[in-house]
Order: sequence, then C-alpha cells, then structure tokens
Amino acid sequence: MLVALLRSRLAALLLLAAIMALFPLIAPSAFYLRVAALVWIFALAALGLTILMGYAGQVSLGHAGFLGLGAYGVAIGPAHLGLPPLLSLVLAAALAGLIAYLVGRPILRLKGYYLAIATLGFGMILALVFNSESAVTGGPDGMAVARMTVLGWRITGALNWYWVSAGALLVGAWLALNLQASPSGRALRALHDSEVAAAGVGVNVAAKKLSAFVIGAVYAAFAGGLLASLNGLITPEASSFMQSIELVAMVIIGGLGSVFGAVVGAAFLVVLPQALTAFQEYEQAVLGLLIMVFMIFLPDGIVPTIRRWLLERLS
Amino acid sequence: MAEFLQLVFSGLTVGAVYALVALGFTLIYNASDVINFAQGDFVMIGGMGTVFLTAAGLALPVAAFIAIVAAVMVGLALHRFAIQPARGASPVALIMITIGASIFIRGVAQIVFDKQFHSLPAFSGSDPIHLGGATILPQSLWVMGGALVVVAGLYAFLEHTLLGKAVLATAANRLAARLVGINVTVILALAFGVSAAIGAVAGILVTPITLTRFDVGTLFALKGFAAAMLGGMGNPLGAVVGGLLIGLLETFGAGYLSSTYKDAVAFVAILLVLLFMPRGLFGGRSVERV
Repeated sequence: MLVALLRSRLAALLLLAAIMALFPLIAPSAFYLRVAALVWIFALAALGLTILMGYAGQVSLGHAGFLGLGAYGVAIGPAHLGLPPLLSLVLAAALAGLIAYLVGRPILRLKGYYLAIATLGFGMILALVFNSESAVTGGPDGMAVARMTVLGWRITGALNWYWVSAGALLVGAWLALNLQASPSGRALRALHDSEVAAAGVGVNVAAKKLSAFVIGAVYAAFAGGLLASLNGLITPEASSFMQSIELVAMVIIGGLGSVFGAVVGAAFLVVLPQALTAFQEYEQAVLGLLIMVFMIFLPDGIVPTIRRWLLERLS
Repeated sequence: MAEFLQLVFSGLTVGAVYALVALGFTLIYNASDVINFAQGDFVMIGGMGTVFLTAAGLALPVAAFIAIVAAVMVGLALHRFAIQPARGASPVALIMITIGASIFIRGVAQIVFDKQFHSLPAFSGSDPIHLGGATILPQSLWVMGGALVVVAGLYAFLEHTLLGKAVLATAANRLAARLVGINVTVILALAFGVSAAIGAVAGILVTPITLTRFDVGTLFALKGFAAAMLGGMGNPLGAVVGGLLIGLLETFGAGYLSSTYKDAVAFVAILLVLLFMPRGLFGGRSVERV
C-alpha cells in the first residue's frame, strides 16, 4: 500500500496538500507563515525550471529574468498603465511566455555549456534593463507594488498570502505532474535521454524543447508576480545572476525532475538564510559550502534519494 | 580619431584582463572538461591579497608573490576537495559545484578581508602617456605587458616543456595520456594551480585601475567565460582573441552607444556569435556521436 503510494504520482500532491493544510496549525507566528508563503512562491518558480531542466534536460542560468518579468509586470501595470494587478499578473506571464518563445527558438539550438552561457547572457540583459530604466522600474532601488486584488478582495496579511501562494503552487504542481504523465512529458524525457533517439521515434525535438522553455518561463513569471505582490516592493535583485543560481540550486538540491523535490529545494534555500540571520557574516560561505556538499555527496537530490531508500526498505 | 584611439586603449586594457581569465577557463576546461566559475575569484584573491599584504607593510613584489601563492593554494584545494570527489558528475552538476565554490570563496573573503572597495597604487606612477592625441596610463601598459608575458610564458610551457606537453596530451585524450604513463591527477591539479596563478596575476595588475572588492570575481568570471566561449571553448588563441574582443566591444559600446548598457553589449554580441557560429569564432566543427 505504502509502496504503491510512493510510486504513484498523486503521492507528492497529497503530501504537499497535507503539509500545506497542517502547517498553519503549528506555525508559532505570522512570520513563519510569511516564510512558508515565500517557500511556496519560490517552489512555483523552481517547478518551472524542473520542467525545463528535469523533464527536458535543458539548463537555464538566466531563469530569474522571467521571475523579474512577472514581478515588474505586476509593479508596472498598476503604476504606469492603470491596469488592475491581477490582469497585470496574467499579462506579465503571457509576455514572459512570448519572450521565452522568441528567445528560445534560436537559443535552444545550443547545447550544454553554450546553452548555459546564452541563457545566462539573456538573464543578465533583463537584469540590466530593470536596473537601468529608472523612469519605469525605479532603478536599483526598485519600486513599490500595488496590493493584489481578486474580484474586489484585497489580499493582505500573512495568512491570506499563505493560502493564495499555497493554492498557486498546488495548481502548478498538479499541472506539472499531469504534464509528466502525458505524451508530451514522455517526449520531453525521451529527448532528455537522447535527442537523436527521440527524433528517431518521431519527437519534434525543437518544438518540445521550446514548449518546456515557455512553460518554465510562465511558471517563473507567475511566481515573480506573487513575490512582488507579497513583498509590496520589487528590486532588480529578483532577476540577478545569484537569483538564477539559487533557482537552479533549488531544483538540483531537491532532486532533478522531481516535483516534490522542487518544493523541498525551495524550502531549503528560503529557510536557510532565515535560520542564519544570527550569523549573517557567514551566510554566503555556508550557502556556497552547502551547494558544493550537496552536488558532490547527494547528486540525485534529497527527494529521489529518500524515495529510493524508502522503496528499498519497504519492498 | 583621438577618441577612437582612446577607446582602443581602454578596450585593450580590460580586454587583456578578460583574456587572462578566459585563458584560465580554457586551461581547466581542456584538462578536465570542467567550466570553473570560481575563476573570477582567483582574480579577486590576487587583488585583495596584495592590497592587504601591502597594507601590512610588505613590499609590493613580495605581497604580490604571496597573493599568487595563496590563489594557487585555493585552486589546488578546489581541485582536491570539490572537483576530484565529484568525478563523473554531469556538466550541470559540475557547473553548480564551481559556482558553489565561488560563493563560498566570496563568503570567506568578506570575513577574512572586508566589504570595502580597495585599490593599489599604480606600479610606476600615474602620469598619463600621450600617444596620437589620446592618453594611456602606465598601469594599462603594465596590464597589457603582463598579459603578453603570461600568454608567451604559457605558450612556451605548453609547447616546449615535457610537463606542458603532458598537459596537452591530457587535454587531447585522458585515457591515452594515462596509458603512456602520465599521472593525469597531477596534471589536472597542475591545470587548476596554473589557472589560479594566471587569475591572480590579472587581479594584481588590474586592481590599480578598477579597484577590487570581495565580490568582483563574479563579473570577471562571466566576462571571461563569455570571452572563452566567443573564441571557441578550449582554444587558447580563441580565449585571448575573445577576451580582447569583449573588452573592445564593451568600451566601444560604452563610448558610442550607452555606458549603462556596457555589460549588455558584450552579452548581446555573444548571443549573436553563438547563434551564427554556435562553436565560437575559432571552434572546430563538432560531430556528435550517438
């Protein structure tokens, strides 16, 4: 029974929903709810990267650029164009998807390190735009973000944000799990293992890679929009190179290709700085050391390793 | 014309530094297939180490020497404790390991040193030299001359010493190198050590012009990586040309287009080159085996 549950793709979703439902009952203060909301939001962004890196096997070192697109979309829409925040979020996500489509078409022909530098360059360019166009984006100081409203309901308070972000993540995870089990998901995994073999059995490799890139960008943009609305402030830091690296680290530390792994990885990297606030001087050193240690000693990531161990013990 | 020449001078100066960083990337990549994102942090260690050692009263050459040795130690440790245990990991995992190493080195540097910007006095005065209507700082000549010496030295080492040929052999085919009796592990460590030394030299030479801080490594690594890619990953000549090109593009972009988008100019150029020549300027054709 337990083995069947571990093998089923619904297990991750059920476990995630259970944790989401139980956490507010044990959270000692609103601060913990806020950190949890941040975890759900970054997990959503990491999930997009999981589809790109874990399913399709394509690396992106500039994914925070899309996070920034969503975040600035939610900030700029109401502030400069007079659009409602929710509409701005949807438009920003659509725009991120469109940009990913246009940029991805030429870029995704590249492989390995070349794809890494191309995506990195793309992310850097977006971060530079956010940094430099002060008239629109507020420059390095960033800009304030209007409160998110849904059908006249203004989302305020840690608990409301907790549920909104948790709901968004749950929907995102459900879609990602469905994609994994669909013909498209199988095609993506096929080209992950061997592009030539995938093309040989009739997978349109270029189109599938592109769709994974676009889906990943839309996930990241949605997460960025939620992040900006939750914080009420957005700075170019959200789209920096370091942010891109942290997203990749979330995906790999949690477990490449695992939906629940993206959540665990996000939790790890969001909670870590909070836990280290007393040793702020050492935060960077510890973060770097942890990334190295995980990559060397647990290359499969936390979730797949635990899952394999459990399956071995139980069967 | 004078303005053009001025931009050429400053472009070649930063370009020389990028070329050295790119050369470090190339050396390690050839020997081990690893892209070492901590390459820029060797530049930082060279600069910051020299700043703090001269502040402690050491003469500049002594301080510079110790800083280079320190960078080499860090490079060897990186190989021994991070790269060697992860043998056989995927390229993405290796990238993340060296990025983790880079963040770690930066984190340690901000504790060991501090978070301020630092500079070194120029090696031989700061009276600009007039040349064809433009001016050039003596330190720029140091940077370009230093880069030239390093490139020539590296060439001589690789082509005319037995150890250098062992490095080339390892780069060409690791298994065959092992079969003819080359200790590949030692060669890989050597590549990391030499790369670290080259990075540190670049950092020491450029600090009087650009200042240094615990986190300057990131941008040097990105530009150096871009330069190595532009030239064609794994080609030392390509790395040098790529570095100089990135330096020139950047200063011309800043001079004639917009200084805010100076960094973007470099990256746009790389994107274009990658799209039209996916293997870089000097990269060979690739054949994919299935």
